[in-house]
Amino acid sequence: MVWTTSAAQTPEPAIPQVLRWANDAEGGAPYIYHTPDNPDQLVGFEVELAQALCDRLGCTSQFVQYNWANLIPGLRQGGNYDIVIAALERTPENLAQVAMSRPYFAFGQQLVARTQDTRIQSLGDLAGRRIGVLASTLSHRLVTQQGGLDVRVYDENVNYFRDLELGRIDAVLTDSPIAAVQLRTSPNLRAAGPPFAPAYYAIAAPIGSSGLLTRINEALGSLIQDGTLERIYRRYELWGPQQAALATWTAEVVPTTTSGASTDATRSKPVPTLRYVTILIEAAVTTVWVSLTSMALAMTWGLGLALARCYGSRPVRWMAMSYIEVFRGTPLLLQLYFIYFGLAQQWGWKLSAGAAAVLTLGLNYAANEAENFRAGLEAIPRGQTEAALALGLSPVMTLRRILLPQALRISLPGITNDLIALFKDSSIVSVIGLVELTKEFLIRSLDAGDYIGLGILTAAIYLIMGHTASLAARTLERRLRT
Amino acid sequence: MIEIVGLRKRFGPVTVLDGIDHQQAAGEVVALIGPSGCGKSTLLRCLNWLETPDAGSLRLGDVRIEAGTPEAADRRLRQQLRRRTGMIFQQFHLFPHRTALENVMEAPIHVDRLPRSEAHALAMGLLSKVGLADRAHHLPAQLSGGQQQRVAIARALAMKPQVLLCDEPTSALDPELRGEVLTVLQTLAAEGMTLLLVTHELAFARDIAHRVVFLEGGRVVESGPTRAVLDQPQHPRLQEFLGKHRARPL
Repeated sequence: MVWTTSAAQTPEPAIPQVLRWANDAEGGAPYIYHTPDNPDQLVGFEVELAQALCDRLGCTSQFVQYNWANLIPGLRQGGNYDIVIAALERTPENLAQVAMSRPYFAFGQQLVARTQDTRIQSLGDLAGRRIGVLASTLSHRLVTQQGGLDVRVYDENVNYFRDLELGRIDAVLTDSPIAAVQLRTSPNLRAAGPPFAPAYYAIAAPIGSSGLLTRINEALGSLIQDGTLERIYRRYELWGPQQAALATWTAEVVPTTTSGASTDATRSKPVPTLRYVTILIEAAVTTVWVSLTSMALAMTWGLGLALARCYGSRPVRWMAMSYIEVFRGTPLLLQLYFIYFGLAQQWGWKLSAGAAAVLTLGLNYAANEAENFRAGLEAIPRGQTEAALALGLSPVMTLRRILLPQALRISLPGITNDLIALFKDSSIVSVIGLVELTKEFLIRSLDAGDYIGLGILTAAIYLIMGHTASLAARTLERRLRT
Repeated sequence: MIEIVGLRKRFGPVTVLDGIDHQQAAGEVVALIGPSGCGKSTLLRCLNWLETPDAGSLRLGDVRIEAGTPEAADRRLRQQLRRRTGMIFQQFHLFPHRTALENVMEAPIHVDRLPRSEAHALAMGLLSKVGLADRAHHLPAQLSGGQQQRVAIARALAMKPQVLLCDEPTSALDPELRGEVLTVLQTLAAEGMTLLLVTHELAFARDIAHRVVFLEGGRVVESGPTRAVLDQPQHPRLQEFLGKHRARPL
């Protein structure tokens, strides 16, 4: 055993009185989740592991909620939490960034498909088909290496299973415990083939905290030895023969941790800027496409709403006003979930991620555009309508030829503002698996460990999009005259 | 040409027109005068149904509308009325996003469905008539008030109205710009256009109008040939009104 030797070398207590461990409660079962019958209580095998670990170390456990994708950068930056117990894989990539303990969980990659879709047995059967993975995970790397797959990247575990059941994707590659929990409750999903690519979860600590890590390794070792870990895992139906490897695990399986040298190497490694420019621009195409299509929808629908508000009968006016209040007054994210998952669940309307994104942003921004158009229409002097009617123009013609062109000019600055805001707001669609500019930046900055360079690059792309919109608006404004 | 019988109009509790009767022959020029709020603008605006009268009847050439009847709510009838009238507003109300020429061409193309080339020729002819052929491609904002009002007159004439309704056509203009608009209207009157105009300018009314109608409190108080009404007013209210106006330099 490699892990029992070093305690004597660190005489001073490396364990704080309160040990702050971080995880993302969105992670879900079986790791960390709230049970529906007690929404205030966090449960999950990692929660129990953290508690058992702290009991063994003689300190108080304190949970810190943190966005999963940022757990490692957050740990490196320091200050918010001491360790991470959050299904972090013991991989060379992670070991280059943080120090990691001995493994606390052994697992494999599990491919999941729909029950009736019997052809899929391995990654090889998925050429050209859609597969969902969690961003920045081993699964993500594996499917990228495999190549030839239509990879959909998700932010959390729940959504890709839902999309798999709905037929929006054909398979999911995920860690075996996640698959196991899902398969228990989803009769129309099945494990496609055995788990492969064995790997381990380990506790992460900042580089250089070898004293703390040694104590954690000792405590983990004793939890494994006396069967505490097995009892916890059995409660979650996670115990299996592969966990036997935990007791006999030695660091030789993967390169050892603790040295800070590899990190410094990563940091000083030059970022391949040109390659990232192309990657980010490709992502920006999605941003532009989603934003422009949404804006077209928002302007069309918004104009209808504005006309209903300004000229409709009382009930029509009331309906338009209610629509505007509801869509302006509720969060975009909620609307997106409602349209993408809610409609599919309730009525079986399975929109693609792109369609749901455009529809949500369009319906949401329509409320703003309606108000922009209304402001424009109301700013036109009454005399314009009278002059047009007195000439014999019909009300419809008056609206189309006289009022709308003038209203559009007045509304244009507000609409341009909204378009620029939309370029940025469209990043929200990453939660349903669309990789647009901000999401791409987040993924790449994690990979490259570079927030400044890629950040400036990403910001520049956003600025170019926004500036182009302003220029186009100014040209249009000139063409609308006065 | 125009026949108004018993026209009434209320705005909430205020009676603006309290039974107006008025007749006007083709080619006749009539000036409506009276203190502010006497209902003269409202009367004008009832003639092309920009305001909907509550009661009374209105005949304009071959179009007849009885206020308050189901037919009066018919949009086509209203449309017919508007195609027989042209209106000149105090504030011109040119379409600011269109050039002078486009302002004049708008209705011939989109109401009369005239081919573009014909509408263009018609509009250029009318702009020449009001002396603005060289300003055809200017936007309203690039024209003086007097020029804008002349474009507005050309715009109204483009629909070949049988009656031109002028609502204080020179009130928003500086004194030195009024002349050019008045000249255009005088030319039209001389050509036999039927004009019904609301004005504060008694001197102009004297020059152009065959008859003057004095309104007060929504009623016709006195009417008759221009000189008789302006020089020998019978009704004390008219005498008072004219007295005030004479004391004020025009």
